[in-house]
Amino acid sequence: MSAAPVTYFARVRAELASQKRAVWGLGFVVALAGVALFADFIAGDKPIFLRLDGQSYFPLFLDYAVRLGLTRWPVELVGADFAALNRLADFALWPPIPYSSTGVDLTGQVLEAPSARHWLGTDALGRDVAAGMVHGTRISLTIGLVVVAIQASIGIALGGLAGYYGGWIDMTLSRLFELMLGIPTFFLIITVAAIFPPSIYVIMAILGLTGWVGIARFIRGEFFKVRSQDFVTAARALGVGDARIMFRHILPNAVAPVLVSMAFGVASAILTESGLSFLGIGVPQHLVTWGSILSESRASTFAWWLAVFPGAAIFVTVTAYNLLGDGLRDALDPKLELH
Amino acid sequence: MLAYLVQRLLLLIPTFLGVTFLAYSVMLLAPGDPVDLYFAGGLSAGAEGVDTSRMVELQKAKEDLRRELGLDRSVPVQYAHWLGRLLQGELGFSFKDRQPVWDKILPRVGVTVILSVLSILITYLISIPLGIYSAVRTGSLADQVSTLMVFMLYSLPTFWIGTLIIIFLCGGDFFAWFPPGGLRSLDHDPETWSLGRRFVDYAHHLAMPLFCTTYASFAALSRFMRTSMLENARQDFIRTARAKGVSEPVVILKHMLRNSLIPLITIMAGLLPALIGGSVIIETIFSIPGLGQLAYQSVLARDYPVVIAIFAAGSFLTLLGILASDLALAWVDPRIHFGKGAA
Repeated sequence: MSAAPVTYFARVRAELASQKRAVWGLGFVVALAGVALFADFIAGDKPIFLRLDGQSYFPLFLDYAVRLGLTRWPVELVGADFAALNRLADFALWPPIPYSSTGVDLTGQVLEAPSARHWLGTDALGRDVAAGMVHGTRISLTIGLVVVAIQASIGIALGGLAGYYGGWIDMTLSRLFELMLGIPTFFLIITVAAIFPPSIYVIMAILGLTGWVGIARFIRGEFFKVRSQDFVTAARALGVGDARIMFRHILPNAVAPVLVSMAFGVASAILTESGLSFLGIGVPQHLVTWGSILSESRASTFAWWLAVFPGAAIFVTVTAYNLLGDGLRDALDPKLELH
Repeated sequence: MLAYLVQRLLLLIPTFLGVTFLAYSVMLLAPGDPVDLYFAGGLSAGAEGVDTSRMVELQKAKEDLRRELGLDRSVPVQYAHWLGRLLQGELGFSFKDRQPVWDKILPRVGVTVILSVLSILITYLISIPLGIYSAVRTGSLADQVSTLMVFMLYSLPTFWIGTLIIIFLCGGDFFAWFPPGGLRSLDHDPETWSLGRRFVDYAHHLAMPLFCTTYASFAALSRFMRTSMLENARQDFIRTARAKGVSEPVVILKHMLRNSLIPLITIMAGLLPALIGGSVIIETIFSIPGLGQLAYQSVLARDYPVVIAIFAAGSFLTLLGILASDLALAWVDPRIHFGKGAA
């Protein structure tokens, strides 16, 4: 027994660390974020370092700088085909997967089975599947995180208003929550996604705008419980404003469980987005996502590599976020004892 | 009970109106005009180098069609119009092939509803015993293995498993254990085939789609069942029952199980809409002529009358699911009172 009092978050951290599954989930989530961040260094059609005619170049960094408008390509490299330049180069350091997600390997074949050259094969256009999967990580994670951020903002705002003020505000908002529950969400999503021009921003918006009811209802209940407690009354007696009471005094009590829903929310958003890509709805055609690679396997059923790898990526990612959410829930629940 | 039922049914109406109006507005405010789509073939074929009189003619034909379809009026008016016709049992005509929407939807509703109900039945039949076992033998190897498996099933995308089944088990380069799609064989003949043979034929076709729809909801349900059982196992009334000498099977099956079923019934409300939404993916993968497949095809073709009708059917079934679970809850849980006195 230590003398120092164990704070809530210290206990949560200890409990979370004691759960192997949650640690695995967290580890994978962090690793995946790394892949997304450094996708260009793992798979790309530009070398990281190039030594050509006695000159040294950093084409990958140069590419970033050009895109940011900081500089221009040196004349000798404008529109260069680096794969072709490779033979002339004195030395070139390539990303481990020397293809971009959208670039077509003109020397190879379409629908090539996994080989030493294309680790996970190529698709019907001759695009490298491994490169597509690495860059698809970015899309999946961005969608997951943005969607959950939208859901949490709307859910906390509306749920908080309903729970804090009660009365007719609560009545009105509760009807809205019921309305949202009565919507066959997936139908609405495919309808809207099919109507608007394909764009991942539209997908983010739809998923964000349809999935917040769970958080809102939870926050409402939590605010309801807490708003009549003594410390809130005390704050009000001291003349603290409503907004400050809501955000500084009540919300912190409800933050932890919202994190749990957010972890599950990322998993479900990634799942829905890949389902939409799989159906070919909503995601632009030129964009390579896990779901879009998987959907290509429907047209060429012998190309098992187009189904197995991206599906496995979706599965493992969704599992990782679910493990994390599950572990968080157990860690945050003071009723469940440490084992 | 009757008063409660009537009250719940009346509450359905505003929700249904809200949901369908929302869908209607979203669809009509969206860019892209179905009339343009209707004429797209003719326009692109002759848009260049065509004399102006033909363009004027086309323009007029578009105006006429727009008026005929009621697309020239404001959204609330169109919605009211649609609703009025719905009450008369009319759903309009498909933009795509001018068939009555009702005729297109009706045969498909049955397929999807039967598949969903079968899937829910199988789900409950497996997950309740498994949940009980897992909770009673908590911590045992079997419990740990089943918990892990259920957890992984929960995260397994159905469109992935469906695609893998099509690739590896339904013909192609690997095994041909199951037909790759459809409801029955091409030579299926109700006249000459015996009942048993027809049943086997259906079962053979539906086994894989049902497997896909079932495993996902099964995973969700048995996880809830286990948690719910474990929560009840900690309650005082269980200790009381044991203390007064009630035998273990009776404690588990009567005291624990009955209370654990309550959250499971609440989940049923969410299961039906999830299955109907999921039918879009499963029916597309396995080419099953159900509501989901029609929804997918109509959405791609922007066949608004069909899309809105399916959407309305979907929300109606969703609300029905919520209602059914509310009623079942009131029936199982004696603490819930019927009528206006309920808090």
